[in-house]
Amino acid sequence: MTATAEIETGVRRMNMIEAINDALDVMLARDADVVVMGEDVGYFGGVFRATAGLQKKHGKTRVFDTPITECGIIGVAVGMGAYGLRPVPEIQFADYIYPALDQLVSEAARLRYRSACDFIAPMTVRSPFGGGIFGGQTHSQSPEGIFTHVSGVKTVIPATPYDAKGLLIAAIEDNDPVIFFEPKRIYNGPFSGYYDRPVEPWSKHAGCEVPEGHYRIELGKARTVRSGDAVTVLAYGTMVHVVETVVAEAGIDADIIDLRTLVPLDIAAIEESVKRTGRCLIVHEATRTSGFGAELTALVQERCFYHLEAPVERVTGFDTPYPHSLEWAYFPGPVRIATALEKLLKD
Amino acid sequence: MPDTHNRRSANLPPLTLHVPEPRFRPGDTPDFSDIAVLPAGVTPRPPEDVKPADIIGHAYGLVRVLDDEGRAVGPWDPRLSPERLRAMLRYMMLLRAFDDRMFRAQRQGKTSFYMKSTGEEAVSVAAAMALYRDDMCFPSYRQQGILITRDYPLTAMMNQIYSNREDPLKGRQLPIMYSSREYGFFSVSGNLATQYPQAVGWAMASAARGDTRIAAVWCGEGSTAEGDFHSAMTFGAVYNAPCIFNVVNNQWAISSFSGFAGGERTTFAARAVGYGIAGLRIDGNDPLAVYAATQWAADRARTNNGPTLIEHFTYRAEGHSTSDDPSAYRAKEEYAAWPLGDPVLRLKDHLIVLGEWDEDRHAAQATELADYVKAAQKEAEKNGILGHGLHQPFESMFEDVFEEMPWHLAEQRDQMLAEQTRKFGPGWRPE
Repeated sequence: MTATAEIETGVRRMNMIEAINDALDVMLARDADVVVMGEDVGYFGGVFRATAGLQKKHGKTRVFDTPITECGIIGVAVGMGAYGLRPVPEIQFADYIYPALDQLVSEAARLRYRSACDFIAPMTVRSPFGGGIFGGQTHSQSPEGIFTHVSGVKTVIPATPYDAKGLLIAAIEDNDPVIFFEPKRIYNGPFSGYYDRPVEPWSKHAGCEVPEGHYRIELGKARTVRSGDAVTVLAYGTMVHVVETVVAEAGIDADIIDLRTLVPLDIAAIEESVKRTGRCLIVHEATRTSGFGAELTALVQERCFYHLEAPVERVTGFDTPYPHSLEWAYFPGPVRIATALEKLLKD
Repeated sequence: MPDTHNRRSANLPPLTLHVPEPRFRPGDTPDFSDIAVLPAGVTPRPPEDVKPADIIGHAYGLVRVLDDEGRAVGPWDPRLSPERLRAMLRYMMLLRAFDDRMFRAQRQGKTSFYMKSTGEEAVSVAAAMALYRDDMCFPSYRQQGILITRDYPLTAMMNQIYSNREDPLKGRQLPIMYSSREYGFFSVSGNLATQYPQAVGWAMASAARGDTRIAAVWCGEGSTAEGDFHSAMTFGAVYNAPCIFNVVNNQWAISSFSGFAGGERTTFAARAVGYGIAGLRIDGNDPLAVYAATQWAADRARTNNGPTLIEHFTYRAEGHSTSDDPSAYRAKEEYAAWPLGDPVLRLKDHLIVLGEWDEDRHAAQATELADYVKAAQKEAEKNGILGHGLHQPFESMFEDVFEEMPWHLAEQRDQMLAEQTRKFGPGWRPE
């Protein structure tokens, strides 16, 4: 995709926040069962402005503030789902999701199975995640691996405004619980990984071109960011853009795959690419041990072992809490990625 | 520089940690004479739209209707017809007969687990009778009386308990964790109090939709310690949700007495006070008090006057479950000494006092219900008992994890089927 000077009619340039807001607006208008709730999401419109204007437009019983209890927010969403609604709760930061874990893991994710489809939990839990905003250890975490380990819940992570809208609409329309992690570092613009360079706005990126109205991006389908034959790079969220920058700077003919959905995973896209390139780098911001990269490594090893020309490489955050002042030493930035690529491509 | 800090005094008493201890342990003779049992009929019945702050005393009292002579007295008497009273007695006796039979089935090795509700029959049966049939119930694991009172088929309950090929839940859930949307009975969870915020969410949805149905939820006194309980109370108060919060205070959470949930300090109904929710503490072994309090709370919720917390003061007559032996931690004679009696016998006595029942009819009904349950059991066992082959198809294990089965589950299903072939040889599968 390349940015164009003129865009089609019916298409608007949006940043990721605007695209998410637009998806919620579209779904609130289309489906009377959709309700949006969370801490500060109502009148104020959310601490990141993702729900700005929605309460005014759709009313207080469709878009409303909640008490500060994540356990309560998700528990209430399970009950609303049992009634027949389609709740879209927001957890203000992914770091705050842990009080809701029992309601997500033991309730929402299991309800369809344990009741043999008598009750379902068709909720989409939106939550900003990831670091790079000086959020310290309680506003920077990437807990996706906790949810991919749970049976019965889908995990979706967009990397562009276009994907954010289409994936969020598909998630809301999905009849299973979906964890929708929004990479907050790229809410306002794609991130090169060079924190000391000026921030680039979304308007310069093709992914900002967002059709008006309703469209879906099927869950479980990866996106090819860049086609190449030298090495496969698997990434999602913020890291897609960092990888893109590093690969361009190093002039590597990489096949970059934005996974978009971790569960269900687009295994066909991964297999096709790795078998072709024979080399695989996995990049995520989350901590390393038992991270989703470990699962990806195992899958690649199981399915592509005889095509591999080098051991699968992982670039991840370190197994420490996210440090405040040393955030850029923690972040899996261009240096860590470039080092791993050099190692992979050595012979 | 002057020392501005307080200096530690040398003669302060040492701090002590209080760890609650129940008053009676195995071998002790229980004596409950200190439990304040208010006489029946003395507690006023406030209007349904009363402000919670105006009935704080109700959270510390004890609403009772049936007195020691079996008469229904006072303003809370729901004045039910003899037919309704007999129906209530019948459901409570059916529940007891069902519990006895299924407990025995577990002991006979026909299933893995069972939980009786002996002594607590009024809590679920009378409440279910006071609610409308389409009000939504979010039970804990000991409210099977709701399903029984709503005439859910006993064979379906047993099929679930046996996890057999006709189990409505496809053999996936521990016995007694029923689910029936059709009967307004939410899927029972093994994780405690999770149903509390869920009930509030259901009630909020009903209110947001301008529906007329309300939600009712149950948990034990022990589970009020869970965060979910407090989240639910906050949400219930904030949105004035049409929901009835029932706390079944049966004194014991497995081996932990109510003191480990705070019962030494205050009542469980008093939890409502801080949230600005109406709180009623009632005699949970008095079916008419349970009925009247539920009806009051339901009317209150239905007229947009908000939620009510009802503490049902009762006693768990049997073990927590078939996996529990209460003689290891509590005095054997506690239930016999319990000052509030047996709910089935109290309703029976009331009907006899009214001249609407007698010992012979009671005995005949008990036999009739035992036979009825036995017949249902025979039917259910035709579909198999746990571990005896007549289970759901193997591949059903992978169904309903998601609406559509993703590739990784399909792969794992195929692996499991190949394992069966290796285990049982080709042709294991009847085609």
